[in-house]
Amino acid sequence: MTEVATAAETAARPRPAVDLAKRVLDAFLRRREASVLVVAIGLVVYFQASTPIFLTTDNLRNIAQATAPTAIVAVGIVFLLVSGEIDVSVGMVAALAPYLLHYAIDFYSVPAIPAILLALLISATIGLVNGLITTRLKVPSFVTTLGMFYLLYGVLLTTSKAYPVPIPKPVKGDLQTWLGAGDWATLIWCLFIVAIFHIVLTRTRWGLHTISVGGNLLGATEAGIRANRIKVGNFMLVSVLGALAGIMEAFRINSIDPNIGGGTRITFTAIAAAVIGGTALAGGSGTVIGALLGMFVLAMLQNGFNLIGISAYPFFLIQGAAILISMIANQYLSRLRRTGRS
Amino acid sequence: MTTEPVPEALRVEGVAKRFGALTALREVNLHVNRGEVLGLLGDNGAGKSTLIKVICGFHQPDAGRILVNGAEVTLRSVDHARSLGIDTVYQDLALVNELSVYHNMFLNREHRIGPLLNNRLMRRLAAQHLSDMGVNIPDVTVEAAKLSGGQRQAIAVARTVYSDARILLLDEPLAAMGAKEGALILDLIGDLKSRGDLAIIIIAHNYAHALQVCDRINILQHGRITFDKPTAETSVAELTDLVIAEYRSNRNRAREKA
Repeated sequence: MTEVATAAETAARPRPAVDLAKRVLDAFLRRREASVLVVAIGLVVYFQASTPIFLTTDNLRNIAQATAPTAIVAVGIVFLLVSGEIDVSVGMVAALAPYLLHYAIDFYSVPAIPAILLALLISATIGLVNGLITTRLKVPSFVTTLGMFYLLYGVLLTTSKAYPVPIPKPVKGDLQTWLGAGDWATLIWCLFIVAIFHIVLTRTRWGLHTISVGGNLLGATEAGIRANRIKVGNFMLVSVLGALAGIMEAFRINSIDPNIGGGTRITFTAIAAAVIGGTALAGGSGTVIGALLGMFVLAMLQNGFNLIGISAYPFFLIQGAAILISMIANQYLSRLRRTGRS
Repeated sequence: MTTEPVPEALRVEGVAKRFGALTALREVNLHVNRGEVLGLLGDNGAGKSTLIKVICGFHQPDAGRILVNGAEVTLRSVDHARSLGIDTVYQDLALVNELSVYHNMFLNREHRIGPLLNNRLMRRLAAQHLSDMGVNIPDVTVEAAKLSGGQRQAIAVARTVYSDARILLLDEPLAAMGAKEGALILDLIGDLKSRGDLAIIIIAHNYAHALQVCDRINILQHGRITFDKPTAETSVAELTDLVIAEYRSNRNRAREKA
């Protein structure tokens, strides 16, 4: 009799293990990073199966170095996109910042660390100007930062005469190693920044208010949040992270070059990484970890293609398709999240 | 301070507001007591939203005065009005879809431990406060986007009350709501009224709804309060007649001019 009851009970209720697995799977699929993580793991498996060099230390370092600077920029881009704005000038800030460092040290004899801080401060001011023009003068941020992109490009070319310069002597040595030249330095910085800003976005007031401003500007303002301050702050964050990425990249390649960031390349790749990672351009939602994974996916694609020997040309074909597919998937998934069980 | 001898929470006297050539409010006189629900009716363009924005501190009046708890005040800003306990709930603007119910409840009033949000405390307080107010939300961690219109409205109202608002302005709380949802909000307003310490002004289009929940009805026409009666002494028919009579007289005046 008791046996019958137990059997009936087990039949009525799904077994705990199955139930748990289903719940975990469900929770996983509802996370924004889920799809891009699956793609990243899939790529690792595929490339490793195609070429045994893929998971060697040397190659992993290549992938890490291709990922890190752009992923750092993408962190800032995520914050800005979540707050409902965009910055297309950040790549030019990345190119300009190492020159600011060079001018400060070689022309004005500023010591190394203050010179780095000065370059970051000037970059923050560029972000401030972007933010103020966008919020106070109501110029759409795409247009504001497009103007800023050309402005900074002009400043960069006229002041540098488009010549690359060597890394200034005072920063050579430990500083250059720790800030980019070391094998894993850029990746360590990148992971550190991703971890910090993941917490900022999900566990602090700033993150909550960034989401609110991008999700419901009027409602956030009604609640007393100073929306403009949040947006301006995020413009400054992107610029500072862009400058940091640019300086680290210069240290890594051991040269200050006007082509760092490749003009719009670092900007667009960072936006692509953010979008592939599940950040909505419309504001209100996004994840820093997703952007990092998105950047890994893009870096692995490029690297894997090279190793297999596929021509570089179709790479952009795949990157474009990846952006479109992930956006379509995000639309679908967010509808699922909204209507589905909670 | 809490046990004021004056039952009157808010009084508006002779308030006028012009925007250039347009006179939105001519001379508005209105008052609401603690424990009372006042229905503010009026057609589009009557000046309802201007009046609300004057009371919540968004616009400063050109003439007249405003008294809160019997004392004259000059409302400098929305924040200032809020610090005096005056707060407005707008139907669709209040909640951030992307945030959970409890984050919405504590938006801009977050509890923190150091720099980090104290989510556990906010979850507990939000659940407790909502259940105290009789708002039935099974899980405060769900995104606001998943809730119905009535639930969202209820949460917005609950949040405002939680933030110590004592003069509550509800802008069209029942617009675009089904019968069941509407009942949820009507019950909530009833509960708030029975607390006795809140003065509530409801801006409404629908006369039947207003009569259901309000103690007194005011009608705003052409920037003046033209009608002020307890709900018990009026009816949908009377209110409708009033507005139609006004429409006819306007039309006749326009014809005479032509």
